[in-house]
Amino acid sequence: MNLTQRSFRTFTQIAALATIAGLAGCHHKTAAPVDTSQYTPPPATAPTATLTADPVAIDLGQSVVLNWRTQNATAVTIDGIGSVNVNGTSTASPSTSTNFHLTATGPGGSTEANVRVTVRIPEVPTAPVAGPTDMTDDALFHQNVQDVFFDYDSADIRADAATSITQAAAFLTAHPSAKVLIGGYCDDRGSAEYNLALGETRANAAKDALVTAGVAASRLRVISYGKEKQFCTDEDDACWQQNRRAQFSLDR
Amino acid sequence: MTLHTPARRQWPLLAALALLALATALPRTARAQDDDHVFTSTSTGVDRIRIAAAGFKPLATDATTTGYKHLFDNTLYSDLNSAGIFDLVSQSLAPMATPGTPAEMVVAQWSAAPANAAMVAFGSLNVTGGNVVVNGWLYDTKNTVDPKVLGQQYSEPASDEDTRHIAHEFADEIILRLGGGLPGIAETHIFYVSAHGGNKEIWEMDYDGQSAHQITHLDTITLSPRISPDGNRLAFASLGHDGWNIRVFSMLLGRMVSFPAIGGTNLSPAWSSDGRSIAFSSSRSGDPEIYIGDEAGNNLRRVTAYRGPDVSPVWNPRTNSQIAWISGRTGLPQLYIMDSDGTNVQRMTDGGYATSPSWSPNGQFLAFAWDRKYGPGAPGGQDIYVMEIATKRWIQLTHDTGGRCDFPSWSPDGRHIVFESDSGKSSDIWTMLADGTGRHKLTVGGTSTMPNWSWK
Repeated sequence: MNLTQRSFRTFTQIAALATIAGLAGCHHKTAAPVDTSQYTPPPATAPTATLTADPVAIDLGQSVVLNWRTQNATAVTIDGIGSVNVNGTSTASPSTSTNFHLTATGPGGSTEANVRVTVRIPEVPTAPVAGPTDMTDDALFHQNVQDVFFDYDSADIRADAATSITQAAAFLTAHPSAKVLIGGYCDDRGSAEYNLALGETRANAAKDALVTAGVAASRLRVISYGKEKQFCTDEDDACWQQNRRAQFSLDR
Repeated sequence: MTLHTPARRQWPLLAALALLALATALPRTARAQDDDHVFTSTSTGVDRIRIAAAGFKPLATDATTTGYKHLFDNTLYSDLNSAGIFDLVSQSLAPMATPGTPAEMVVAQWSAAPANAAMVAFGSLNVTGGNVVVNGWLYDTKNTVDPKVLGQQYSEPASDEDTRHIAHEFADEIILRLGGGLPGIAETHIFYVSAHGGNKEIWEMDYDGQSAHQITHLDTITLSPRISPDGNRLAFASLGHDGWNIRVFSMLLGRMVSFPAIGGTNLSPAWSSDGRSIAFSSSRSGDPEIYIGDEAGNNLRRVTAYRGPDVSPVWNPRTNSQIAWISGRTGLPQLYIMDSDGTNVQRMTDGGYATSPSWSPNGQFLAFAWDRKYGPGAPGGQDIYVMEIATKRWIQLTHDTGGRCDFPSWSPDGRHIVFESDSGKSSDIWTMLADGTGRHKLTVGGTSTMPNWSWK
């Protein structure tokens, strides 16, 4: 738990630093003319920047490759990603159509580049009766909200699970009426009572991660199944790993 | 010096256990090694009393009467044999005689070799007016002037269950007389979880595994049965649509009674020995913590506040002022004790994976399940241990059972411990004496877990 919190705190701090860095860049831009008036430095070449996305249109849940090239820039930031190298690529899985905005700053000033990625969100079926209707089906849900797995006797969100959480949060943000049941599971080693408490802690870790990623806590419900319900019953590492998970399902 | 150090370290505890059990003798092999240690006559434990159980005399020869007679004989023999305080004369060494009355009793037959009995139980059984009527006596063979220790008459409806019950009552009378004043446990019950078709329900059986019958019919997963001290209410944790809640079944009314659902995952209820409080684990605040409420589940107060699973509380039944429980606050689950207001937290185990505490009736010991070498790739033997709370010294009670042992529960006389042994594919309930001897299986079928011994 502590590690989980810490990792998310770290993430938040990085994001904050990135924001500060972006702000600092803006201030620097306004300060530059004051310097030039006093020291008359050699004229600096204004930076140039290009930003492309491939593809420029995706289905929800797919990813795009962002590619940028700059010249005469010393600091490059992309909104939502943060500080990046002056030239580089990055993948992104936006949950809605997004304008990616790049700012390149150099001694000669700053410039911007933009690319729009269109996200095709699946058609929402219109049910004739009242109720949560912006869901398509379980398959779509499970494709986008994937179970997360845990290390032995641990309730810490692993790096691979963090990716799943990000994707799940994006999907849930796009489907605001979906409610989620998070089931906590343990492998069959250890004691039944303790494993129920540990399963609870795992499910809560997944819940906390989704809340941190912007999903309202009121949409998330946690039930621990401990080792009472198993995905497989073999006594080997592969099966034990299958059973150490937080499972997401639509809470109806 | 013949004993190696770990064994030496465990000896005082073994001696204390022997004291606790009064006449529960230490294993013979262990006593034989006892060259270089000084023990008082009390700390070595009293020799087991050699007792014979004569076949009871049927007062009719019909199949019904003889059937009840054999059931009675077998039950009485089994009760005395498993009591832990007797050296029971094997049936092959007992005289052929079946004295039905004191007049028919020839004490010398039983005191002489090969029986060499110091005590003999005998009597008669009859079926009259739809009742099984048993007259039973206990004679002291060394007292030729007035050998009668006990004379009892029982009459109960003619059924297998009632016949077994008469034998249990008579056995408990004998054990009360000869066992240092501690009541026997032959009339006690064991509550446990039985799995059928994906569901788990609570069942009850006699202490010897007989008369098993289903208590709950909730059609879900129900765990951690805990019978109240008066035997009237059964608390457990049950999985509903909204998760795990503590629920209570009235043994008197034969139905569920209300217990508040407070939200979160609620597990592992525990009655205080005065029946006025229930401790349990609840995640209503988001993290599994120990809560204490009154017997109706009201007036809740939280007594732990530390990140990580806190579960499986048990009260010190002597004082109700302390609670032992399991916490994963430092990683793997460890055994802790605290005052029941949450102060004076003490960690009891120094590592491994410790779960499922049970506090001994005299307040001195904790039985628990422990895997001292827990971890990936470790052989992972989970066994039952007993720790003396004052010194934190422990002894291991189970060895090489071929399964993970868990959920120990003390008998009300403190001489026995019932537990679960799980091979991974099947699980059954076993019982043993509190020194680890006399281990035998109570259930068959491989679906039984989480035993809880009744208070009386």
